[in-house]
Amino acid sequence: MSKLNLSGSELDLDRPNIEDYLPTDSLHEPSGKLRLRDLLDISPTLTEAAGAIVDVSKDLSVNVIGGMFSIFVLDEFSFVHGQDSFTRCFKSNPPEPWNWNVYLFPLWCLGVVVRYGILFPVRVLVLTLGWIIFLSSYIPVHLLLKGHEKLRKKLERCLVELICSFFVASWTGVVKYHGPRPSRRPKQVFVANHTSMIDFIILEQMTAFAVIMQKHPGWVGLLQSTILESVGCIWFNRSEAKDREIVARKLREHVEGADNNPLLIFPEGTCVNNHYTVMFKKGAFELGSTVCPIAIKYNKIFVDAFWNSRKQSFTTHLLQLMTSWAVVCDVWYLEPQNLKPGETPIEFAERVRDIISVRAGLKKVPWDGYLKYSRPSPKHRERK
Amino acid sequence: MGNASSMLTQYDIEEVQHHCNNLFSQQEIVSLYQRFCQLDRTAKGFISADEFLSVPEFALNPLSQRLLRMVDGLNFKDFVAFLSAFSAKASMRQKIELIFKVYDSDYNGKVTFNDILDVLRDLTGGFMTDKQREEVLSQVLQEAGYTKESSLLLDDFVKILDKPGLKMDVEIPVD
Repeated sequence: MSKLNLSGSELDLDRPNIEDYLPTDSLHEPSGKLRLRDLLDISPTLTEAAGAIVDVSKDLSVNVIGGMFSIFVLDEFSFVHGQDSFTRCFKSNPPEPWNWNVYLFPLWCLGVVVRYGILFPVRVLVLTLGWIIFLSSYIPVHLLLKGHEKLRKKLERCLVELICSFFVASWTGVVKYHGPRPSRRPKQVFVANHTSMIDFIILEQMTAFAVIMQKHPGWVGLLQSTILESVGCIWFNRSEAKDREIVARKLREHVEGADNNPLLIFPEGTCVNNHYTVMFKKGAFELGSTVCPIAIKYNKIFVDAFWNSRKQSFTTHLLQLMTSWAVVCDVWYLEPQNLKPGETPIEFAERVRDIISVRAGLKKVPWDGYLKYSRPSPKHRERK
Repeated sequence: MGNASSMLTQYDIEEVQHHCNNLFSQQEIVSLYQRFCQLDRTAKGFISADEFLSVPEFALNPLSQRLLRMVDGLNFKDFVAFLSAFSAKASMRQKIELIFKVYDSDYNGKVTFNDILDVLRDLTGGFMTDKQREEVLSQVLQEAGYTKESSLLLDDFVKILDKPGLKMDVEIPVD
């Protein structure tokens, strides 16, 4: 029985409070009287049906012959019939094959040899070098400068930025930053759209942000609890109910502190494939601080930067990035926004989402990203 | 396979556009054609009921069986013509006409008490008993000035439904 209760509370955590998201007037019908007009009006049901008939999933028209050649794309390619706009947010879209003709195919093969035979080892080397430099200076700084809290923090911040630069270099990240660099001051939160964990690395390279993230297993988790802890990052476990309160408290404390690193939140709460934005969680918008939106848009000409965490581990994702030509992306630091008088946190979140979506050219969909975790995994559905 | 849109010529598109009173743009027609070919899996020129039901969101719709009767076996031109009622450019009358056709299951141009009751049954399912439905419907009809025996014509539907609140627009996804 207690087990049953537990799973119930877990569910509740991820479930949005529906009343919060409905416009207020829809809750209080002006008149409770049923008229013939309301009874006969079946337009919403018909609209839904027509929408289902029309719904085009664009990536189904992939050229199969070309697909056979791009072997490294093939395993990404899943054919699930009847796509809806929710699943589409979390699907990695295979690029249009271009290597299908006699002239381009040998070139593509050459490209594969260069990417896997030359670029990849060089990048591994660069990354290893980065880690050696980082660890050999981080450990002494962390252990020896116990007394000089300020200096230690500053050095650690620089070092974290350094290792992130090495990461970006290891995928030949071509990142263009637009707008003023984030400044460190109290009462501000940065929010960005989320495509992959590399968002964080790309942003961290410029400014040491403190980030709120899901606790990951494996080597990423180890990094989280040791190194990133020092920049003030906050970790949580989605499945633990009490974590939520602790995180909320930590958040508030962090925002108040003047010397803390700027706080970065990915309010979507999950990775979306950089074509859509899903509903923003309101947490970041309730702190009563200035919200600085950051829009991140990846250019998919060389590699799809979407981390499909259900299909690949972060390591595979990194390997995929390291064997591509380059990761091309644009980052926009947008104008800080404040809660307008009379605006609820949810309306505020929507407004910020608008700003980000417009800048990064993403499509807005009304879904809650956490629903991703309560659906059967695509692998299951494919097997059917 | 491949790029389906290449199979539509400018003439084809214009013909289809003409057939649906220019309610869809060229891009929308191309996009609808892709979807049509995708649903028509065996390329027989029309979409069968089974293929329509393979779209889960459609199969789950309470009115799907009724709609199937209207769309089953349509060729592409008529498929587009059917969907044109959902275009934002379609007139209110065209939209109401479609609603009327959903009610008028025997296509005699009249919607009787039982017709409405049938649709109501599809929509409410197990939430209401037959008796409840009948009671509600006869009372609502009475309040609107009709009786249980009167049958509604298309013009009655237009009179009842033609209010700014009626929204029946579906946006065709284009690249």
